Amino acid sequence: MTETASPPATEAVDAPPVRSRPRIDPARWRDFSLVPVIFVLGVIGFIVSPAFLTQDNLIGVIQQSTELGLLVLGEALILISGRMDLSLESTIGLAPVIALWLVMPAHGARFAGLELFPAWTAIPLCLAVGAAVGATNGFLILKLRVNGFIATLGMLTMLRGLQVGISEGRSIGNVPESFAYLGKAEWLGIPAAVWICLALFAVGGAALGYLRHGRALYAIGGNPEAARAAGVRVDRITWIVLAVGGVLAAFAGILYTGHYGAVSASQGNGWIFQVFAAAVIGGISLRGGRGTLFGALTGVLTLQLVINVMTLGGVPPLWTQFLNGMIIIIALVISRFTSGEKQD
Amino acid sequence: MAVESDDRAAVHAEGIVKRYGPTVALDGARLTVRPGEAHALVGRNGAGKSTLVSVLTGMERPDAGRVTFGDEPAPGWGDTAAWQRKVACVYQKSMTVPELTVAENLYLNRFHGERTIRWRSLRERARELLAEYGVEVDPAARIRDLGVEQRQFVEIARALSFGARLIILDEPTARLDAGGIDRLFGKLRSLRAQGVAFLFISHHLQEVYELCDTVTVFRDARHVLTAPVAGLAEDDLVGAMTGERAGAARTARTARTAGEPLLRAEGLAADGHFAPLDLTVRAGEVVGLAGATASGNTAIGETLVGLRAPDGGRIAVRGRPVRTGSVPHALDAGIGYVPEDRHREGLILGRSVAENATLAVADQLGPMGTVLPSRTRAFARRMIAALDIKTTGPGQPVSGLSGGNQQKVVIARALAREPAVLVAIRPTNGVDVKSKGALLGVVREVADGGSGAVIVSDELDDLRICDRVLAVFHGRVTTEFTGGWRDHELVAAMEGMGSETSPGTQDTAGTEGTAP
Repeated sequence: MTETASPPATEAVDAPPVRSRPRIDPARWRDFSLVPVIFVLGVIGFIVSPAFLTQDNLIGVIQQSTELGLLVLGEALILISGRMDLSLESTIGLAPVIALWLVMPAHGARFAGLELFPAWTAIPLCLAVGAAVGATNGFLILKLRVNGFIATLGMLTMLRGLQVGISEGRSIGNVPESFAYLGKAEWLGIPAAVWICLALFAVGGAALGYLRHGRALYAIGGNPEAARAAGVRVDRITWIVLAVGGVLAAFAGILYTGHYGAVSASQGNGWIFQVFAAAVIGGISLRGGRGTLFGALTGVLTLQLVINVMTLGGVPPLWTQFLNGMIIIIALVISRFTSGEKQD
Repeated sequence: MAVESDDRAAVHAEGIVKRYGPTVALDGARLTVRPGEAHALVGRNGAGKSTLVSVLTGMERPDAGRVTFGDEPAPGWGDTAAWQRKVACVYQKSMTVPELTVAENLYLNRFHGERTIRWRSLRERARELLAEYGVEVDPAARIRDLGVEQRQFVEIARALSFGARLIILDEPTARLDAGGIDRLFGKLRSLRAQGVAFLFISHHLQEVYELCDTVTVFRDARHVLTAPVAGLAEDDLVGAMTGERAGAARTARTARTAGEPLLRAEGLAADGHFAPLDLTVRAGEVVGLAGATASGNTAIGETLVGLRAPDGGRIAVRGRPVRTGSVPHALDAGIGYVPEDRHREGLILGRSVAENATLAVADQLGPMGTVLPSRTRAFARRMIAALDIKTTGPGQPVSGLSGGNQQKVVIARALAREPAVLVAIRPTNGVDVKSKGALLGVVREVADGGSGAVIVSDELDDLRICDRVLAVFHGRVTTEFTGGWRDHELVAAMEGMGSETSPGTQDTAGTEGTAP
């Protein structure tokens, strides 16, 4: 780490640019603005309850962050390229339901499937459903040019309804072993889901930072006309990003289903609010072109820690919803001032 | 097919025709720019300059005509990369991504075959590129942290890095201050020495004389004149733009004896828009604020009506101070406003004539906050009669009216409160010739009826009804015309050739008189 932030731009005009000194972009610092917040939450958690700093509790918090984290990862990519997708919260429930419906035995179990495909295809099918949902959103937004907010809001409701229709409003248990494995396995004493989630964030972050198409997302979100003028295939890349968002939501559905052993009819219901809150707290701009995946990840952890500390502190369950909303607003205000930038 | 164009030209265009529906934007236009030349393209609004730029950069396909670069024909339509190697345009609107660094903007989407981006080498290449063209900007800085001037340098460097040897600059100085303009010009001169040609589009003739060798004038979609700048009298240039020979005197209204001061602004200023200004509008007087786009005259108008908060200064109406930066206070004080863009600020298109006309006086249409339909209609009928609005009745939606009649509804709304002073910004924008006269007649009548009026415009026709015209250039009032003025004098003042400069000055550097 260097000692100073960058000099103001005016100095650079008068003096020739300094050659050797490594510079720290002030934008980099913004990504770390939630790290002290997370630290403070840890201290508060420790004071509130001795159970906070136990391995079980911390692993629990992180595991609960994985499913939300994957949704935030997908939403962050979409937001950076200047779009939004509200339907992710329905995809997390619908994709596993359709996959299981296609592979589950037609007779015997409480939930009668179609048994069209062998059980091992459940995961690829689930991911394909996610991609299809994202591609449909892309068709609506990019081909038909309808308003993205309302289109994906409509998709949210429609997909939720489709899930309820297919599953007849019930939870689906007895999921195939292969489908449940990733959600409940432990690798090196830590849930596999955590490793996978971290790996996906790392891959996503590297792609955004070091690949031509990753950088194109920032250009598209920051100034689509400039991106188009520079030869970026704006619509195609946006479409791919929407599909990737759907795939990530479907993958979150796989982990969630494995974790709890069943797909509930309300899986993911109401999550989209937390997804957006985590992304914005983590420094992703709703107007596109700004933010990093590291920031988004810290946003997720911040939210989950707050909820955990509240639970440990013995907040009456009837008040958690009120406090949840209040804390998101407080976290927004804090991150607004620690990052020093408007969250427009 | 014989190519008879000049092989040495950086770009040669001839016989270019471009129509948008019934409008002919370019009618057989031609232009030749030679390597290393600074070529100015001037003309009034609507002369076809922007359309020609779109054609020369491959953004629009002409209906007829031919463009060649050097001895090669223009690239195929839609082949963006090939066009970028031939010609680049630096628009008034920045084509950079503000959140990204200078280095990344320079090489956006062309990271040279590497699978992953190597930031260090990218910054190094950006540094070399910037150094090659003498642009002293830190490649690691984010574009949003740069000033307008440095952003333009970055865009010019990027354009050159594609291999383009012709750069089109669309009003590059509009958003620069004097020092920035000097530095930009210095940069352009040194690039010309490297063989880069410039097509310079400007509303400021002073800059044309300072920087360019050759000037081409367009008027009404046609090529009018191409001549070396040295040896071209300013009068002739302005004459070519207005289509009126210098000396053909046209007398505007003579100043009448104006009444008591109605509106008085003292030391009114807005940083970056206009310098401190004193303005008095008297009863019975129409004052014009003339200025080209981005000259600051619109900002002055918007400040007077409270849309824009000034950085300093006072406004008083009939001697009573008005809170600045607040539209309701300005309205209450008696400042009526006819906005520039009637669709965005002026009218609620789906609603009726009556509703639109009475929007500002809803509190006078019934007791205790109610709005009585009968009074609304009666009020609207009075306005329709007074302003001769062509409508089927007060209930007709405004969207069904012609442009001129829509604008009359806007004026009706402004007049509904019987303002002491009416401020109109480009009141005849997009209105046909016949309605123009009627609208301006209404403004004139308002003044003749004992109120004051201010017209902010760059249209000579709008300004002709004024008793006094203040020419605004780069945020300053440079010249005041009282009584009769000639078109070319006013145009020259709006384009930055102040009246202090004697007509016919050809010395390219001798026009400091009006520089801010």
